[in-house]
Amino acid sequence: MLTLDRVSKVYKVGAFGGTELPAVRDVSFTIAPGEVVSLIGESGSGKSTIGKMILRLIGINGGIITLGDTNVATLKGAALRDYYREVQGVFQDPFSSCNPIFKVEHIFSLVRGVYFHSLSGAEWRSKVAEALGAVALEPGQVLHKYPHQLSGGQLQRLLVARALLLDTKILVADEIISMLDASTRIDVLNLLGELKSRGLGILFITHDLSLGNYISEKTVILRRGRVVEMGETSKVFGNPTHPYTRMLIASVPQLHKRWGDEAIADPGPCRVHAASPSGPAGTALLVEVEPDHSVACFRIDEGVPC
Amino acid sequence: MSLQVNDLRVYYRTLAGDVKALDGVTFEIADGEIMGLAGESGCGKTTLGNSLVLLDGRMKQVGGTVMLDGAPLPIADFNEMRHFRYRDISIIPQYAMSALNPTRKIGKMIGELLESRDVRYREIRPELERRLGLVGLGLDVLQRYPIELSGGMKQRMVMVVSTLLDPSLLIADEITSALDVSSQKAVAQALQSFRDQKFVRSMIVVTHDVSILYQIADTLAVMYAGKLAEKAATDVMMQRAKHPYTRMLIASLPEVGVRYTEHKLTGIAGTPPSLLNPPTGCRFRDRCPLAIEQCAEEPPFVEVEPGHSVACWRADDVAAPKDSVA
Repeated sequence: MLTLDRVSKVYKVGAFGGTELPAVRDVSFTIAPGEVVSLIGESGSGKSTIGKMILRLIGINGGIITLGDTNVATLKGAALRDYYREVQGVFQDPFSSCNPIFKVEHIFSLVRGVYFHSLSGAEWRSKVAEALGAVALEPGQVLHKYPHQLSGGQLQRLLVARALLLDTKILVADEIISMLDASTRIDVLNLLGELKSRGLGILFITHDLSLGNYISEKTVILRRGRVVEMGETSKVFGNPTHPYTRMLIASVPQLHKRWGDEAIADPGPCRVHAASPSGPAGTALLVEVEPDHSVACFRIDEGVPC
Repeated sequence: MSLQVNDLRVYYRTLAGDVKALDGVTFEIADGEIMGLAGESGCGKTTLGNSLVLLDGRMKQVGGTVMLDGAPLPIADFNEMRHFRYRDISIIPQYAMSALNPTRKIGKMIGELLESRDVRYREIRPELERRLGLVGLGLDVLQRYPIELSGGMKQRMVMVVSTLLDPSLLIADEITSALDVSSQKAVAQALQSFRDQKFVRSMIVVTHDVSILYQIADTLAVMYAGKLAEKAATDVMMQRAKHPYTRMLIASLPEVGVRYTEHKLTGIAGTPPSLLNPPTGCRFRDRCPLAIEQCAEEPPFVEVEPGHSVACWRADDVAAPKDSVA
């Protein structure tokens, strides 16, 4: 179980880092084994920053990320290496995730050098074959090829296989199918579904609401670094409460329903305000609207009480 | 009839041989029609759009004709095309975000562009201001540098600039792909309103996102490996597409409301053929669940009902309910 508790990140930008840009503010959620959590937000909402913080690619400025009982931020050396045994990431552009002058075989053997130097050649090969089998690739057809000789979908599945070589428990999938064609992206998405049933916890970062809705159990909607609404996917999509979520869902192009001119239904009064009339406005405080479905203050970004 | 393309063939010259990116494409676009052009990457959809505007050094027209408003469009002749480019036929390129000169203020850049077409900036300025208002941009953007605008604003800016001289045909290439859902909707609806206001006569909207096309396009054309697989009115395409590829493509799209746990979608196995040495016959037959021996011969692109053309030998067998193929 990976837990984020009021995690924040501030980027220092501008000349000499004089300006502070809060990218993620007080985000809390958990990823349990066998669960796909989709993290949905528009560009600049901080969704990739959250993925990078989980993968320890950047530091955090506030809050705590824990895997089981371990605080992720303080891991060093061998402990960090063990953390990466359990938490792995796959990113948007599969071609830039691979060294173009290495064959696939060699890309895999880099993992062996760090984690599996005690395995014999035969054991290693069967391990690779098993990981490739899990993503429906034939070892014989891909191992001796260079990345550019594979299609985007094949390469993306290959990278998932590389992450699976370890005893991965949590996979951070950052926009992994945005670059793929419609005909192949669904296969990679279904692959995530199969991995989930094998007990993997997956953080599926995307800007595409229909993909998030298709694959995930839990949805977190981000806006400007803050969680505006989160909960069980069917509840967030079936009964969107925050005006921002409603606007997003109404903007999604559907296949059998055209964009209507009708106004988005009135969300009613702010639930945070209704729950605690004197409560602080503009904080990351979430209020439960139904079991497993909570929403933030409707005017969370404006800093004024609603 | 606004645009007629007949058996157009455009190849890329490479050291390994000709890449047949457009291999005999025939279609028509009526006045006021928005045609959506969809297909996988590498199927030639961008090449089709580009070849109507500018053939670069690597591309050559091998055959076919293009007629725009009844007159032939000399797409192979770079200099002749100057009379048509921007005035009669205009394009919003795939990377419209970077289509603006970063060293010029936007107003000045537009002035220079118009000057090159012998149009006085001052005369067209009131119309420019009106159109900026229509897409929700303030006049102050003319005094700004492109870097000061957000992606969605730049995209709308390029749309206004591209259509300023009321071209007969506009080609919009993947213009919504890099945008967030909310700005995607604004840009797509702006395209539609440009047609309604007659800023452009007709339009080709190229994208891999069929659901956007469903929202704004009147007709839908699907390309596969350098050829058109099917073209029909958007609603006809959704209800009774006849090409197996079209059906599988549409069936593989997740929608809000479709869940993995309840309804598992499937992709299309295999990959498109190389266009360097494309196979003879139907190019989809290796991936097609309905392929028969006859598919080794090339299927003609024929009209099966008014306004609905398809290139498939088994088109009539696919008329069964939607799920039978997918």
